[in-house]
Order: sequence, then C-alpha cells, then structure tokens
Amino acid sequence: MTTLGKTETSSLPASGRKSAGSGFASFTKALLKSKAGTIGLIIVLAVVLMAVFASVLSPFDPAKTNAIERLKPPVWLEGGSMKHPLGTDNLGRDVLSRIIYGSQISLLIGICAVAVAGAIGLVLGLISGYYGGFIDKLIMRTVDSFLAIPNILFMLVVLTVMGSGLGTLIFVLGVTNWVTYARMVRGEVLSIKERDFVRAARSVGAKDVRIILTHILPNIASSFIVISTLNVATTIILEASLSFLGLGVQPPTVSWGGMLSDGREYLATSWWVATFPGIAITITVLGIIFLGDWLRDTLDPRMKTNRAK
Amino acid sequence: MKFLMKSILQIIPVMFLISLIVFVLVHITGDPVSLMLPEDATEEDRIILTQALGLDQPIHIQYLHFMGGVLQGDFGESYRYNQDALPIVIERLPATFELAIASMIVAVIIAIPLGILSATQKNSFWDVFITGSAVLGKAMPNFWLGIMLILLVSVQWGVLPVSGRESFVHLILPAITLGTGIAAEMTRLIRSSMLEILGQDFVRTARSKGLIETIVIYKHAFRNALIPVVTIMALQTSTLIGGALITETVFSWPGMGQLLIQAVNARDMAIIQASVFVIALLVILSNLAADLVYRFLDPRIKYK
Repeated sequence: MTTLGKTETSSLPASGRKSAGSGFASFTKALLKSKAGTIGLIIVLAVVLMAVFASVLSPFDPAKTNAIERLKPPVWLEGGSMKHPLGTDNLGRDVLSRIIYGSQISLLIGICAVAVAGAIGLVLGLISGYYGGFIDKLIMRTVDSFLAIPNILFMLVVLTVMGSGLGTLIFVLGVTNWVTYARMVRGEVLSIKERDFVRAARSVGAKDVRIILTHILPNIASSFIVISTLNVATTIILEASLSFLGLGVQPPTVSWGGMLSDGREYLATSWWVATFPGIAITITVLGIIFLGDWLRDTLDPRMKTNRAK
Repeated sequence: MKFLMKSILQIIPVMFLISLIVFVLVHITGDPVSLMLPEDATEEDRIILTQALGLDQPIHIQYLHFMGGVLQGDFGESYRYNQDALPIVIERLPATFELAIASMIVAVIIAIPLGILSATQKNSFWDVFITGSAVLGKAMPNFWLGIMLILLVSVQWGVLPVSGRESFVHLILPAITLGTGIAAEMTRLIRSSMLEILGQDFVRTARSKGLIETIVIYKHAFRNALIPVVTIMALQTSTLIGGALITETVFSWPGMGQLLIQAVNARDMAIIQASVFVIALLVILSNLAADLVYRFLDPRIKYK
C-alpha cells in the first residue's frame, strides 16, 4: 500500500510510467483483498456491462407497449411468466428491459455531470487556493451562497427556467456539485503550496502554470478521484429524484427515477413497477459507495476515518 | 459578541450573491415573459407584459429594481394566487418545520444508540450490521423508501394514512422516511466521533480510576463525542430541507416542498424566487446558530 501511495503521488512525467504496470497489479491485488471493495467493483462492472450491452441483454424493446399484457406480475407470483421475469408496467412494457436500459441514462448522467462539476470545481479551486486574495474571497463567498441553497431546490429553479433535456440535466447537476470540488481542491492547494518542493520550484523560477500542472495537480489527484467516485453515487440519486419529480429526462428515454414515478400510481395493485427500479438504484449506488470508500482508504490514507485505536 | 457581529455581517454578501444567482437564472438565462404567458399569447400581450415587468429597460436597471423589491420582501405577485408571494411561502413554513423537526427526532432516536453500540463494540457483529445498514440507508433514494413504506404500512397492512396532514398519525410515515435518511449519516458520525474520544487519555484515566463502563461511555465519552455531531448535523440543514421537499411530494404533505413543486409545474416564478430566498436565509441562519452552539459546547474554541 505504501509503494502504491508513492507511485500515485510522484510527479515523474515519463519515467514514472514504467512502474504503472506493476502499480496496476498491486492495485488490483489490494482491491481484491478488501471484501467491500471487491463487491463494489463487481457491482459497478455489472452495471457498466448492462449499460453497454443493453440491446443484447434486454428481452424486449423498453419502449414497446403491449395493451394485452398490462401490469403482469413477476414470474414468481401467480399470473407471472418467464416471458416477463420482473413483470410489466401500466403500458405493458417489460420491466426488466426497462431496468437494463435505465442503467444507460443513470451512468451517462452520473459520469458526465461529475466531469462537469469536477472541471469547474478544479479550476476555481486551484485559482482560489493558489492566488488567494480578492478572487479567493469572491469564489469562497459564491461557494457559501451555493451551499445555502439546497441542491434539489437549485436544480428545480434552473430546470424550470431552462426546460429539461439531457444536456440541461447534465449541466445542472454539474453546476450544483462543483462546490464540493472547489472546497476540497482549495484546501489541498493551500497546504501543498507551502511545502518545500513548491517553494523550491518557485525559487528556481518555475512559472505558475508549471507549478500547478507538475507539482500541485498530481498531489491532488487521489483525493479528486475519491470524491469524484462518491459523487457519481450522489448524482445518480439526485437524477432519480429529479426524474421522480417529473423534471428529469423525458420519455421515451427510460430512467429509473421516471419508472419509479410511473409505478407510484399503481402501487396498490402492482407493487413491482415501483419496487424494482428502486432496488436497481440502491444496488448501483451501494456498489459505487463501496468502491469509493475503498479507494479512499487505499489512495488517501489521510482521509481514512476511525483512526482511533 | 464581536464574533457574532462579524458572522452576521458575513451573511450580507452571501445573500447578495444569492440574489444575483436568482436574478441571473430567472432574468438572463430564462425569459420571464414566456415563462409567465400561456403558449398561445399574442405578440401584443408579450410587449405589454414586457413593459409592465420593466423588462424593456437595461439589465442593470432591472437588477436594481429586483434588488429593491427583494430588500422590501417583495418578490412579485403569484399569478396563481393573485397575492404577494412571500406571505404564501411563509404560511407553508410551519408544516415543513414540523416535518423537519419530527425527522430529526426520529434520526436522533435511531442514531444515538446505534452509533454508541457500534463504536463500543467495534468490529463485532453489531458493528458490521449497523455500519452496513448505514451505508444501505445512504444508498437508498429517500423518496423510494417513502414509497415502499406506503406500500407496506398503508397499502398492505392498512395501518397508517398515505398522505395529508390532519393529525399526528399523518406525520409518522414522512418523519420515518426522512429521519432514517438522516440517521444513516448521523450514525456514522457518532460512531467515528465516539471511537476517537474513546481512544483519548481522559477516557483511559476514567477507566483506570475504576469507574464502571456505563459511566465512562455516557458521562465521559458520549458528551464529548456529541460536539462534532451537533455541529455537522446543524450544518446539514440544507440537506434536511432538500430532503423535506421531496418527502413532502411523496406524502402530499402541505409544506413548502409541495408549494414549490406546484409552482415549478405552473411556472409561478414569484413563488419560486421567494422560496429560494426564504430557504437560503433559513440555512444561513441555522449554520450561524450551529457555529454559536459549537463555541458554547466547546470552550476551547476561542473567538478570533
């Protein structure tokens, strides 16, 4: 684990690559040692495969309605059949196929929104921490303002004004989450920029951009990866909440939150329509949290919780 | 006192920035005129409304007008209610407060015993079970938990009402839904805070004096472990209110969340703006309160 920490934080641009192979091997080894980490990895891989091979895996077209087979129960209940293992919804659409396709939108939005949030937060956090002064104050007060508005409220307002669509949704989720990154990056930069190697670089005349790229960024990388992973989980839940409120991706695109919202009306008679998408969200998010927690313990021992004996 | 003044003064720039964010959102990214008019409005209607709203004026003048209104608590008139937006929002506050407080109580009842048990019996079966449940609670979308509770408790067993706010029983399901979500986070916090305290010297001293374990845990460790928990939980007001907004929708609880979702669907911008300000102010004030409580609980923290 210590050697891993070193390869991760070293800023050797070319010569460091050589050890990447063995670094990866020890990384995998450490991952498989942790039970929760392994479970997390398996779940995440399964969901990714499900999303990539959705068209091969799903028995039906997720949007295909069938008036005769409305609200069929899952296979283990009376009236259910292997044809629709998880039953059908109010329009006779196959629940299993819809869950498989729903993974695409969850992952797509989760990952893209995190990329947007990470990019904004990284740049603003770097500027804020590195340059300090007025610009730092301005950025931090903006962070405070964002923190005072609950995420969901902010997103509701933006989506009302801009209308919902895939692009808007990713943008909104990204803009909502940037503060987490900005605060983390700023904090790290503040401590790193006082360290000797940064002072040394500055004293030999290295330019700001060079110091940031070669000395500061590599040292932030591990915290950044950890937060981003856990943030994908939060984003998937937020997206589901928005779809549930009717402001997420619009039909015919399938999303787990949207399925939940559809199924709510048929709760009394057909519980499976609202239950299975919720299970899908929970398992996916659980997998990402496991993986993220493990990454945190491995990449960034400083962030490890419960250090008491 | 000096600290208090300084904190209160810091609220001003934050509220100012929030007003700027709302203004940019509503007036620059969006088009208030088309938000307010029905889709079949004529060009003439548009021009009349544009002038009535002062939107034909330069942007900085518009902002000054907007700010002037905000400072007087005037967020415009809700076209659905034909009244000022602010009183309508404030009227809904008690219901949301009720839900938020009840949820906090549920969370505390769940999280304190579980967090202590988990920390005092570290790595035992109970610890693994409790931390596992806490992660599960975090992974589960809150509104889905609400729907499942309705399914189980109201639909299957027919015990508790599905929605509304007529009596105390109506509060139970929404409070459990929102409360368990908060409890998941709180349990984890109490556990790690307790673990840290239990490893400290004064706890060892208390034990070596021969005090019985119960007193060591509750009188020495728990009291001190509570300090960071109280602060972090108070800082979660924003999450709590955000959660309340969704929980209210699931259970048709007539609070701010429900009002807001209806306003969003009807594009009632006045209500939306007023809600954002009221909620933001609440969050900022409770964060300030958290800061004060923290300083009160832990005198080691000196006022700068």
